[in-house]
Amino acid sequence: MRYATKIALRHFLSNPGQTALLISGVALGVTVFIFMSALIGGLATLLTQRTVGSIAHVTLEMRERSPGLIQPIEGAQLTVQKDLSRREQIAVWQPFVPLMEAMPGVTAVSPQIRGSAFLMRGQAIAPVGVIGVMPDRLSAIANISAAIVAGEDRLPSDGILIGKKLAEDLGLYVGQAIMVRSDRQRERSFRVSGIFSLGIASADRQAVYMNFTTARALFDLPSGISRFELKIAPVTDAPRQAEILERSTGLKVTAWTQDNAQLFEALAAQGRTGDIIKIFALLTIMIGIASAMLLSVMRRRSEIGIMRATGVSRLFILQVFVLEGTLIGAIGGMTGALLAWVALMPFPPIAQAPSGSLPIDVGQGGFVIAVLLTTLAAALASIIPARRAARVDPVEAIGQ
Amino acid sequence: MSTEALVRVRGLVKSFGSEESATTVLHCIDLDLFRGRLAALQGPSGSGKSTLLNILGTLMRPSAGELCMMGVDLTKADDAELTRFRNRNIGFVFQFHHLLPDLSAQENVMMPAASAAGRETAAMRARAAALLDAVGLSDRRLYRPAAMSGGQRQRVAVARALINEPALVLADEPTGNLDRESADNVMALLERINRDTGTSFLISTHDDRIAARCNRQIGLIDGKVVRDTEGAFSEK
Repeated sequence: MRYATKIALRHFLSNPGQTALLISGVALGVTVFIFMSALIGGLATLLTQRTVGSIAHVTLEMRERSPGLIQPIEGAQLTVQKDLSRREQIAVWQPFVPLMEAMPGVTAVSPQIRGSAFLMRGQAIAPVGVIGVMPDRLSAIANISAAIVAGEDRLPSDGILIGKKLAEDLGLYVGQAIMVRSDRQRERSFRVSGIFSLGIASADRQAVYMNFTTARALFDLPSGISRFELKIAPVTDAPRQAEILERSTGLKVTAWTQDNAQLFEALAAQGRTGDIIKIFALLTIMIGIASAMLLSVMRRRSEIGIMRATGVSRLFILQVFVLEGTLIGAIGGMTGALLAWVALMPFPPIAQAPSGSLPIDVGQGGFVIAVLLTTLAAALASIIPARRAARVDPVEAIGQ
Repeated sequence: MSTEALVRVRGLVKSFGSEESATTVLHCIDLDLFRGRLAALQGPSGSGKSTLLNILGTLMRPSAGELCMMGVDLTKADDAELTRFRNRNIGFVFQFHHLLPDLSAQENVMMPAASAAGRETAAMRARAAALLDAVGLSDRRLYRPAAMSGGQRQRVAVARALINEPALVLADEPTGNLDRESADNVMALLERINRDTGTSFLISTHDDRIAARCNRQIGLIDGKVVRDTEGAFSEK
């Protein structure tokens, strides 16, 4: 094999112009492969981050109780109606918090009081969803602290945080008093502590954050909570974590993926499109290398003939040409990877990318796999030309 | 001279084309080649010289007949066996040198040995250097073929044919592409190697001067042996 490598290397170096052209073609294909991987991977990361950045990855709630059935009476019409006067709550919740926080992959746990309410200011009324959180866990799920555009991210017992669009709709500003009436018909006056902007229209228009203890009183939940919201890392692990939590708590557990199936379909479709582009890039490389190797075999026909005449085996000839193709693939692949790296360097990380720019994730470029696949593809592409070389008839080839 | 036949050919026939329109190039050739002899194969173009050399060199299979070399029946050997046999026991010198352009003179000489071993060894390098010295090219060891004259290239080809110390060297018009002086030098080289090492040579040539320097002349016309100065089956 060592001597076959030497001969392959000599072939490789014998025509620098042609070799450079061939390597450039392979390198270009590899650059496209890596660029597409980085772009499609980056786009998926961006979409996922945008989607899951401000929502809970796993939610735990009490299971809904089925209304009790009574024995039907003959001739009577029986209507079963759910008891809406009773709020579903997790009555015993404190022991779960440290257990869930200790689970590997769980990065944040937020016990919450949830309910519907109206915000009233003079004649203006707006329906909102109230989220009662512990002040020290305010940013556990959505990063409210980072999204504050006016006021501060504190939650005193009489303070609330409202979204920017809601503030605009009601003409509210920081420090102003506002009345909140819950769906339990309890009312209380609050002061706007801060205004946030998450960039999600529904949250910025309808979400209101208030102190956990205050929310208890407003929604008639003296001891229980409405739900737990959890953050998971990595986010793709959420379904598995949800299964574990469901088994261990007996609660109704929902992973973010269940509510975002369309996103996954879109990401999968996007991934498939990227795969097709990458496959075509690899096929182009393979066809290019196979063509070049066939030409090389034609050009070196008399050399192959003389080698065969002097007793060089078919296997040796096969090895030389497969190695030559593999060498072209490996060097072209590495050159392409280097070019792609240089081309991708100016792109900032996705988290810092300005709006409208290409979401490139260099880490998902698949540099190593691109070089390995190209080398493998080149070796495979060389087999047919190499077999043709090995079958050269020495008598015909040297014209004797 | 040894009395043992190095090559034994009996009833050798070579035809080309399909059965209905076959062209027979060699007709029932009987021939013995002996160790240590320098034989010339003469005949006009199309007489079958090259075909006979190709068959003797195991590059081509006969249509019929028997070919034994060093006691081995080569007509029954498969391609891989023939390739190994050729590599170890037969050297070739062609009209055109057919050196590999990407290798130096020394690397070209080593090629048949190195390809069989899978690597170049110090012993191969030493033998290649000695052969290049023997053909008067020790100062051209590292030259590529493109940097050498036609005569020098042909001498490198002779050295290459000898690297595996073959029992038989087949030379097809080895001087046909050279000027008179280079041709004489190459022929003198073959004579010297034959004398010094006892390597057998069968040289195909149109040149009567070259043939006259050999110690046996075999004439071939229309695929038949028409003249053999040592007789076809004589025990030497």
